[in-house]
Amino acid sequence: MVIDSALNATFLALADPTRRAILARLSHGEASVTELAEPFDMSQPAVSKHLKVLERAGLITVAADAQRRPRRLTPEPLRAAGAWIEQYRTIWEGNYKRLDALLAELQQPSKPSTAARRAGRASASPKRTPSRRRR
Amino acid sequence: MITTHQAEVTLPSDREVKVSRSFNAPVALVYRAHTEPALVKRWMLGPPGWTMPVCEMDVRVGGKYRWRWRADEGGAEFGFHGEFTGVEPNERLVHTERFDPGTVGGEHSGGEALITTVFSAADGVTTVTTMMDFGSQESRDRAVATGMTTGMEQSFQQLDTLLAEID
Repeated sequence: MVIDSALNATFLALADPTRRAILARLSHGEASVTELAEPFDMSQPAVSKHLKVLERAGLITVAADAQRRPRRLTPEPLRAAGAWIEQYRTIWEGNYKRLDALLAELQQPSKPSTAARRAGRASASPKRTPSRRRR
Repeated sequence: MITTHQAEVTLPSDREVKVSRSFNAPVALVYRAHTEPALVKRWMLGPPGWTMPVCEMDVRVGGKYRWRWRADEGGAEFGFHGEFTGVEPNERLVHTERFDPGTVGGEHSGGEALITTVFSAADGVTTVTTMMDFGSQESRDRAVATGMTTGMEQSFQQLDTLLAEID
């Protein structure tokens, strides 16, 4: 997999906390620039600049209302970004599952010493030697 | 009952990746598994079908390390190398990391990443948090994409076989 420019644009857009907050707001429904600017201590032009970045990344679209020009969330690029991270996570999880197994092995008494203890018990009580049991 | 843990990946900033995972083992053991080459070689293998023929680690401040992986099929190789800049046993490891494209090619970002691994213990569970700072978004995205490229070429079905062998 090669990271394409669309995914790059998504990550660039998501890197900013204000833009993430805007997306969070839009996940509840469409909103105009004025409405989006309200919760932020920011001028409308500043908010518009963020909206342009989000729009270029395909994360939002302008709904067909010529007056309000409300912004609307487009979830597809977010899903692509999520899938990208999930693939990366799979690689780490593969490593860590092996580490789980290794740590479990290191915390158990090693096999040779267990065998030695069994051998010791067997010689102390001959009745329980494997050969006798087999009979 | 044994709790199973899952790795969590987040992007705390446009140049970083954070990976967090808990283990049912004491912190001293988890630290050993991260710092003793003989142990590191057994789990830090990346995608199925790769081995780690080179794992040299001089774990002390200023000490160097060199890791190299090799694909069983085709024999492709790549690696990482760098220097330890912070070593606090059972607590924290900091090292620089440079990608060595080996035979898999790929662009060399030229950048050096800074990797901070924090070990924290609570109730017999050790959490390992790895923060990777790639210096720029471009380097980060490239590093993550490179990690996945090698992964995607392999069939993940092999993972189960491999885990069964180790168990």
